[in-house]
Amino acid sequence: METKKTSLYKLHQDCNAKFVEFAGYQMPIQYSEGIVEEHKFTRNHSGIFDVSHMGQLFIYGGDELIGDLEKIFPLDLKNLKLNHSKYSFLMDKDAGIQDDLIITKIDEGFLIILNAACKDNDFKILKELLNKKYKMVLDENRSLIAIQGPKSSQILNDVVDGVKDLNFMSGNWFVFENQKVYITRSGYTGEDGFEISVPNNFADKLTRELIDKGSKLVGLGARDTLRLEAGLCLYGHDLDKNKTPVEANLKWAISKERISKGDFIGSDIIIKQLNDGVTKIRVGIKPEGRIIAREKTKIFNQLDVHIGEITSGTYGPSVNGPVAMGYVENEFSKKNTKVFLEVRGKKYAANICSLPFYKKSYVKGAN
Amino acid sequence: MSEVKYSKEHEWIKLEGDVATIGITKHATEMLGDIVFAELPEKGSNVEKDGTAGVVESTKAASDVYTPVSGEVVDTNQEIVDDPSKINQDPENSAWFFKLKIKDKSEMDSLMNKDDYDKFAKENNS
Repeated sequence: METKKTSLYKLHQDCNAKFVEFAGYQMPIQYSEGIVEEHKFTRNHSGIFDVSHMGQLFIYGGDELIGDLEKIFPLDLKNLKLNHSKYSFLMDKDAGIQDDLIITKIDEGFLIILNAACKDNDFKILKELLNKKYKMVLDENRSLIAIQGPKSSQILNDVVDGVKDLNFMSGNWFVFENQKVYITRSGYTGEDGFEISVPNNFADKLTRELIDKGSKLVGLGARDTLRLEAGLCLYGHDLDKNKTPVEANLKWAISKERISKGDFIGSDIIIKQLNDGVTKIRVGIKPEGRIIAREKTKIFNQLDVHIGEITSGTYGPSVNGPVAMGYVENEFSKKNTKVFLEVRGKKYAANICSLPFYKKSYVKGAN
Repeated sequence: MSEVKYSKEHEWIKLEGDVATIGITKHATEMLGDIVFAELPEKGSNVEKDGTAGVVESTKAASDVYTPVSGEVVDTNQEIVDDPSKINQDPENSAWFFKLKIKDKSEMDSLMNKDDYDKFAKENNS
């Protein structure tokens, strides 16, 4: 299969991107300044991320659709206000996570942002679950551009007037060059920021204007270090079909109202795990020295018993040290529990810690 | 006069008397990207030609550092362990990795000179 290119491919080339193949797309891993500089620039100023490889699924429908989606997602969608977003997951019958996603209530139905590697399968699953009753469009004609960091609100507002009034985890339609763009205040870096759904033909122009105003393109490399410092999960690594939302320590994202009724896919397992507890759980892990423990690193307790595995680990440029997360047996999941990480045959001390590693500075917005 | 030679694993080696100073090349640092971790051999240990003698990690991945000659480790550069970004800044000078008291000077013979290495690096740009 030929690798796909996003609408910003030419711009990436112009900015000296190094490309990698990711989920079937040619994506920029970094630009000339490198991951550490791009990371810091996002934290201190404003970074632009091409996330057009992600799925933008529009599902059109009214009250009946809301009812049907509540059978799938553990969310109180009846009470989700227009233009408000929620983080959720698509689960299988055993509550295994098939994808994590952001769902936003729009006028005509819902917009769901899906992971690139999962989007086609998600589309198939959802289509079947909804019995083909609703119009569903996995929109390939729109790009998705994220702008993240403390200066992003001002920069984007100079290009698309009014965005600075959005609240966190809410969105709206705006106009850019007479085109309808849907912008949400959200992101994946732990910073204030926005995600912009823009027609493909206008993605390049919009992004170049944001660069002119002082933002810079940032690659997938820094996107990974930023999200890990922010304690956010990456599907396929920290989340997969063998992990449930309770095990992933994401129970905050499950509606209490919906748990009491328990009528969504995977609800039996979720309710059981909430009542009885889980055997493994996702935690933050901070190595004591500078050693970097990457994905698949084995975790041991003080008695040298294997108790878990790292699912994401790297160097955090803003933390100025190594950061990791992984799953450990529940009894070793308390903050400050000492554990040992096996790297290149040697064991290194680390401590279980709370997430995020880097404190969020989400802006609530003007209202 | 000391001569600098280069290995196919992108190490440089500078011999002064019977002590060789070893580090990684600028080309290597450009391929690795931002270096955020460095591990060096223990002082007093013996390393064998083409064996691993350390590790460098970028934000993306870990890579072994090999020694182009055999010898006893007589000194290591703690500065690059404390601040690995120095390796990106000055790889072929102040950010040396370790010094060896070498056993067999003839091991230097198979290594490349600067012109050959530059050509090699250009052809093996990965």
